[in-house]
Amino acid sequence: MAASTSPPADLSAALVLDPVASAEWLVILPVAWCLAIGALLVMLRRKIDWHPYIAVLGLAGLVLIDVFLLRHVLASGPLTMVMGRWLPPFGIAFTVDLSGALFALAASVVALAGGIYSLADINDSGRRYGFYPFLMLLMAGVSGAFLTGDIFNLYVWFEVLLISSFGLIVLGSEREQIDGAVKYGFLNLIATTLFLITTGYLYASFGTLNMADIARKAEGLAGTAPLMTLTALFVLAFGMKAAAFPVNFWLPASYHTPRVVVSALFAGLLTKVGIYALIRVTVMLLPLQREELSFVIALVAALTMLVGAFGALAQSDFRRMLGYLVVAGIGSILAGIAVGGPGGIGGAIFYALHSMLVMTALYFASGIAARLGGSFSLSSLAGLYRRHAGFAALTLMLAFAVSGLPPFSGFWPKVMLVKAALDIGAWWLAGALLLTGFLTTVVTGRFFLLAYWRDAGAGEGATASATISPAALLPLTALTVLALAIGLYPEPLLATIQTAATGLAEPSAYLNSVFPGGAP
Amino acid sequence: MEAWFALLVGIFFTVAVYLLLSKSIIRVLLGVAILGNAVNLLIFTGGRLTRGVPPVIPGHQDTLTGPAANALPQALILTAIVISFSFFAFLLVLAWRAYEELQTDNTDEMRVAEPKDEPAPPLGY
Repeated sequence: MAASTSPPADLSAALVLDPVASAEWLVILPVAWCLAIGALLVMLRRKIDWHPYIAVLGLAGLVLIDVFLLRHVLASGPLTMVMGRWLPPFGIAFTVDLSGALFALAASVVALAGGIYSLADINDSGRRYGFYPFLMLLMAGVSGAFLTGDIFNLYVWFEVLLISSFGLIVLGSEREQIDGAVKYGFLNLIATTLFLITTGYLYASFGTLNMADIARKAEGLAGTAPLMTLTALFVLAFGMKAAAFPVNFWLPASYHTPRVVVSALFAGLLTKVGIYALIRVTVMLLPLQREELSFVIALVAALTMLVGAFGALAQSDFRRMLGYLVVAGIGSILAGIAVGGPGGIGGAIFYALHSMLVMTALYFASGIAARLGGSFSLSSLAGLYRRHAGFAALTLMLAFAVSGLPPFSGFWPKVMLVKAALDIGAWWLAGALLLTGFLTTVVTGRFFLLAYWRDAGAGEGATASATISPAALLPLTALTVLALAIGLYPEPLLATIQTAATGLAEPSAYLNSVFPGGAP
Repeated sequence: MEAWFALLVGIFFTVAVYLLLSKSIIRVLLGVAILGNAVNLLIFTGGRLTRGVPPVIPGHQDTLTGPAANALPQALILTAIVISFSFFAFLLVLAWRAYEELQTDNTDEMRVAEPKDEPAPPLGY
């Protein structure tokens, strides 16, 4: 054998030989955990009575894992783990920095709330259909997208969460759902394919798919590679995933059709994954091109905000109104990405986290309102305040939060975004932000007036149960309290977000974590 | 050879976009399938085409000597093929169900979730 005569290969040139510290397994644990629980649920598909409890425990575990991950990243900076110990850029890297950890934690909190709410919303047939395995696999995809450090891997996680979301959106197979799922399915698949096209071009220009490697090489390739084309395509692809104008129409067409808990999870998770990917790519990988495209992104942001706000104003269905409010929120986040700088990016991250919590809670509220009032329609919902004053108070708080009024979580990111926009002289963008806030206040105010304060006699057919299941009220209360707490005491979160935004704009710590010895 | 492949990819994209702009859902579906294959070819071409030099290291060496074919695009394409095939299967069933439930394959007439003549929200109270 020839192999026995040749000297042993120098493995340290190709492999990570140091044993992996146990804390570093936290990088991959959220994904592995969700996949394992999902697989367990699939194996136990006949024991549908166990599903909710396993899933809720699993999601609680996920929250814990993400808390530890965030603590670890806060303490020791970005963490990297490569698959199969291959040295980056050859091994697929999972790299988690502060922004990724923050998004992952918020996503797990939203998912846990959704898991608890589903106890009241998903019946036996939904469980048999596989709601809980789909939920866990969705979380695997979402966590993977937030934690990965490889752009093709990001695409794979997008597809994982997309296929799980297909399973969730058709749960029930009603006519509206099929109709909504057609639009959701086709347009989202085209968006991810667009992302794959861009990834193909990126690979052809850079010869690498590792994010840290791309960030390192981007400046050197500025003269020869079509970086503007790449950035524009990324903005289009992720804009479509995030439902930015003019590619937002799939969202209001589909988000009101599935089960309430599914809508809530989608509103909290899916568009925000698109936003996160957009922030990651434009701010960290291709910052110069983002600068050049900033006017276009700002224009898109302003139009998205206004389309969302005016669209919400025109709706008479609670959930369709919320769909447009999700779009308006995406516009505000895009405004932050357009403005850039620590204020803009920090505001965008803060707004995204706030929007994840509050939009999910608002969809929960829509489900409870429909349970109490027997309808999602503004013309027949009435007298909810008299039926359940506590629930009305929670909804009012959420309405303030989504409108960006103090003392709730929506206020601080809005302040940051308006200030950042004014600082660079984009007064019209700041104006659009404030106008959207005002219009959202009108939307939610009118809604509260009609559905909650109007006498029940004025509406038609208010015949439904007067009690709220605790499984539905608990996650709503928890998320509202969280929104209030962030609004009252934003200081620690604000500081963390500022660090995260700086880490994205100057990714030297991220690069060091992937390439510890400097350039290979 | 890259130039010819680029042209082929361009033709694939043209056909895909043409089909995607159609109103009939089956044509849109075929457009999605062709779009997926256009991307696969694009990644293949983007990885540079090298004929007849497989990236195999001889037994007495540790590294490749000289240029060889790029193996990574094939791994990427394999992933993308699997994914796009599963999505195609799902969307095919979804389109069939939509045709059954909604009695149309024209996307313009799929207005169940967003009815055309929905009443305006109440103007006073």
